[in-house]
Amino acid sequence: MSIAITTQIICFTVLSLIILIGALGVVLLESIVYSAFLLGGVFMSVAGLYLLLNASFVAAAQVLVYVGAVNVLIIFAIMLVNKKEDLKPINDIKSRRIISTSICITLLSLLIRVDLTNVWSLSNPQNSIGEESTIRIGEHLFSDYLLPFEVASVLLLMAMIGAIVLARRDVMSKDISTGLPVDQELIEKSSEPLLTNKN
Amino acid sequence: MNLESIPIQAFLIVSSVLFCIGIWGLLNSRNAVRVLMSIELMLNAVNINLMAFSSYIDNNLIQGQVFTIFVITVAAAEAAVGLAILLSLYRNRVTVDMESFNLLKW
Repeated sequence: MSIAITTQIICFTVLSLIILIGALGVVLLESIVYSAFLLGGVFMSVAGLYLLLNASFVAAAQVLVYVGAVNVLIIFAIMLVNKKEDLKPINDIKSRRIISTSICITLLSLLIRVDLTNVWSLSNPQNSIGEESTIRIGEHLFSDYLLPFEVASVLLLMAMIGAIVLARRDVMSKDISTGLPVDQELIEKSSEPLLTNKN
Repeated sequence: MNLESIPIQAFLIVSSVLFCIGIWGLLNSRNAVRVLMSIELMLNAVNINLMAFSSYIDNNLIQGQVFTIFVITVAAAEAAVGLAILLSLYRNRVTVDMESFNLLKW
């Protein structure tokens, strides 16, 4: 990449800080809507990191797929299930928090130790194909990765059909587990016609 | 210090921290939508890892970038199916609280 090293370091630091603070916000913030929008910011910053790594095609795919599709899908899901509810308190929440946090910190220290102590067999930067990466990805996708590429298209078709089947509004008369009748208002919302004659 | 480029360890550490934040969110969230968001964070951490290795270790064949594209594909499919499952759960249980989804618990 032709940018000066100082600029690269500044860009990397800013993008990493946005990613890490945004990710903490995603898991810690009280409001789920703020989390969803912060997640979009995290995805955009990850695309910026890909640009620093000379991968313009993957950065564009990241912006299109994650910010354009996945994040919008999550925001739609939040709108569809947006109900204020008071969560029941859990008795052993404190011990759960302690156990999960200690597991995460242990895993993190292990990973960072591996990152720092392992000797990576870095290749010669002279061999780098740099900005030609899009051409090379196309060659891979249509030669040695042709079968995974076709399987991925079948997978996307299956996921699309599966999502439609699962999310379709089937009217169930009673709950599967409790046997109680399901509140039909939640399935088909009855709405007043807009042009009713009030008098 | 005379640096040619950013060291690979910087990318790996960012991805490790992002992965652990994702795991923490996965274990501690009570809202099912937030669990799906944590899974997306973890997938992004893996993608950063793959891209860093592709750029520093395999910078001529860049097979890591092809893998990243497949991971992005699978993540999109996973998000669509996951949110559809969440919607049908919400329709049956009228809640998104992870603690109330105990149908398989004995």
